[in-house]
Amino acid sequence: MTETVEKDSYTTDEMITVAAARELWDGAVCFIGIGLPSEAANLARATHGPNCSLVYESGTLGAKPDVLPLSIGEGVLAEHADSVVSVPEVFNYWLQAGRVDVGFLGAAQIDRFGNINTTVIGPYDDPKVRLPGAGGAPEIAASAKEVIVMLRHTPRAFVEEVSFVTSVGYRHGGDSRRELGYSGGGPTVIITDIGVLRPHPETKEFTLTGLHPGATIEEAREATGWDLKVADEPAATEPPTDEELRVLRELRARTERARGTRA
Amino acid sequence: MGRVDAVWGDGRLIVSSSSANGGRGVGGAAPFAELREAVTEFVEDGDSIALEGFTHLIPSAAAHEVIRQEKRNLTLIRMTPDLIYDQMIGMGCASKLIFSWGGNPGVGSLHRFRDAIENGWPNPLELEEHSHAGMANRYVAGASNLPFAVLRGYVGTDLPKVTSTIKPITCPFTGEELMAVPALNPDVAIIHAQQADQRGNVMLWGITGIQKEAVLSAKKVIVTVEEVVEEFQARPFGIVLPSVAVDAIAVEPGGAHPSYADDYYDRDNAFYEAWDPIGRDRERFRGWMERHVLGVESFAEHLRSIGREEATR
Repeated sequence: MTETVEKDSYTTDEMITVAAARELWDGAVCFIGIGLPSEAANLARATHGPNCSLVYESGTLGAKPDVLPLSIGEGVLAEHADSVVSVPEVFNYWLQAGRVDVGFLGAAQIDRFGNINTTVIGPYDDPKVRLPGAGGAPEIAASAKEVIVMLRHTPRAFVEEVSFVTSVGYRHGGDSRRELGYSGGGPTVIITDIGVLRPHPETKEFTLTGLHPGATIEEAREATGWDLKVADEPAATEPPTDEELRVLRELRARTERARGTRA
Repeated sequence: MGRVDAVWGDGRLIVSSSSANGGRGVGGAAPFAELREAVTEFVEDGDSIALEGFTHLIPSAAAHEVIRQEKRNLTLIRMTPDLIYDQMIGMGCASKLIFSWGGNPGVGSLHRFRDAIENGWPNPLELEEHSHAGMANRYVAGASNLPFAVLRGYVGTDLPKVTSTIKPITCPFTGEELMAVPALNPDVAIIHAQQADQRGNVMLWGITGIQKEAVLSAKKVIVTVEEVVEEFQARPFGIVLPSVAVDAIAVEPGGAHPSYADDYYDRDNAFYEAWDPIGRDRERFRGWMERHVLGVESFAEHLRSIGREEATR
C-alpha cells in the first residue's frame, strides 16, 4: 500500500472512489446506494476494511457482493448477506434507530452548507428538469452518524442556492441543524474530482481542505458557484496506490464479466 | 362467499371451502385466475393501484395487462416507479403518482415520467412525493389499520411544502415534534412472487422489499407467480403470504422481466439500458408499445416479440 502511481495512470472517478474508501474505518456500518458509493464501500471492504458492514436500502444487511450491483435490489446483494429484511425494517430499525455509522449521498445540486437537491431543477410546479426525487436520502442525511457526499465538481452542481432542499445538511450553517432534532451528525466530507471539502467547525460552511494530485485552488473556485473558502494549506491527496487500483479494477472487471454473461 | 372452514393443523392454516372462487380467504378455494380476468375484475378506472417490487420481482406482466385494458385516471402508487410505471404513464393510464424515487435503476432518467411532469404529455400527472421511509411507513400504517404513521424525517426539507400528506405532530408523551404521514390503502395491490402452493398461499424470497406491507394494506390483491408447487421448501429470508390475504393468483412465468426472480432468472440489465432510447422519444415509445404490448395477447407473447423468451428460463 505504499507504492503510488503516476497521475495519468488513473481516472478522476478512481480518485474519488479511492478517497471515499479511505474515509471508512474497518467495521463501519455503511448505508449505500448504487454507483460510486457502492464501489467505494466495496473497495474499502476488499482493502483496509474487511469488517465493514454494507447495508443497502433494499433491505440487505451485511451484503458481500463479489461484483458491483447495477441496482440496489440485485440478487448478488442478498446472496451472501448476513440478513435480508423488509424496507420498513431497514429504514426504521437500522437507519432511524441510529445503527448506521456512515451514509453516502450523491447530489444534483449542493450548497455551501451541504444541503442537497435531488428533486427538481427550477420551480417545483414548473420544473426545468425533473430529477428522480428523494429515495432514501432525506433519512440518510437525518440519521446516519456521518455522511459522505460524492459528486463531480461543477458550477451547476455546487450552487449558491439549491432549487429544492431534498436532504438537509447544516441548513443555514452554525447550530441551525441541531434545532431539527436529528440524531445524525450531518455531512462530514464532500469528495469531488478536484479535491475534498470539509465543514468549518463553527460556521459549518464547506471549505476546500484537500486537493487531488494535479488539481489547483483556481480550478476548485471556478467549479464552485459560491465564493469558495479555502483552508490555509489544503492537504495534497495521496494518489491511489497500486494496491487500491488493482483491487478496484479487479472488482470492475469481475463486474463486467458477470454482466456479459447475464445480458 | 363460501362457508368458512379454516382449521389450524400442523401449525399452519388450512382453508377449504364450498365456494368455487370466493376470493379473499374466508373460505374461498385457492383463487387461481387468468391475469386478464383478474385485472378486469379488480382494477377499475379511477382506482389507486400499487404494483410494488424493490428492483426484484417487479410485476411487469400485470402492468402490461393494465395497459392493454386501457385503464384510465389511475392513481399509481410505488416507492420506486421504474420501467412499467414509465409505460403506464406514457400510455395515459395515470392521472396521479404517489412515489419516492422515479428512475431507471442503474441507467438514468425515466423519460415518459419526466415528459408527463415537465410537459404534461400525454396528460398532466399530479404528484404526491415522499421519501422511501415515508412511503414504507405509510404502507405499514395501512396494513395495521392505523390512520397515520410517525417518523423522524422531512424536518427542514422542502418536501412538506409541496406534499400535503406530510404534517408535524407532537408526541403526547414527550412533547417531541415528529412528522406524520397518512396510511396508504390502495384499492388494489399487485405483486409478483416466485411460487404459490395449490391452496393459494404465496411464497417469495430474496429481497422482498415492501411487498408484504403493500399486500396487507390493500383492499384487493392480485399476485402473479412463476409457478404453482405442491409444497413450499424452506428458503432463507422467505416470506409466505397466506391465501386469506390474496384475491387472485395468476401464473405468469417470466412475469417480472426485465427485473429478476431469485432462483428463476437474472436481471436483464441490457433491457434496462435498451429502454432509455425507446422511452426518450414519444413516437418511438408509442410504436414500441403498440407492437410489443398492445399488439400481443399475453406476457409470454410479449417476451417472444422482444426476443427474450430464453431470458426468463
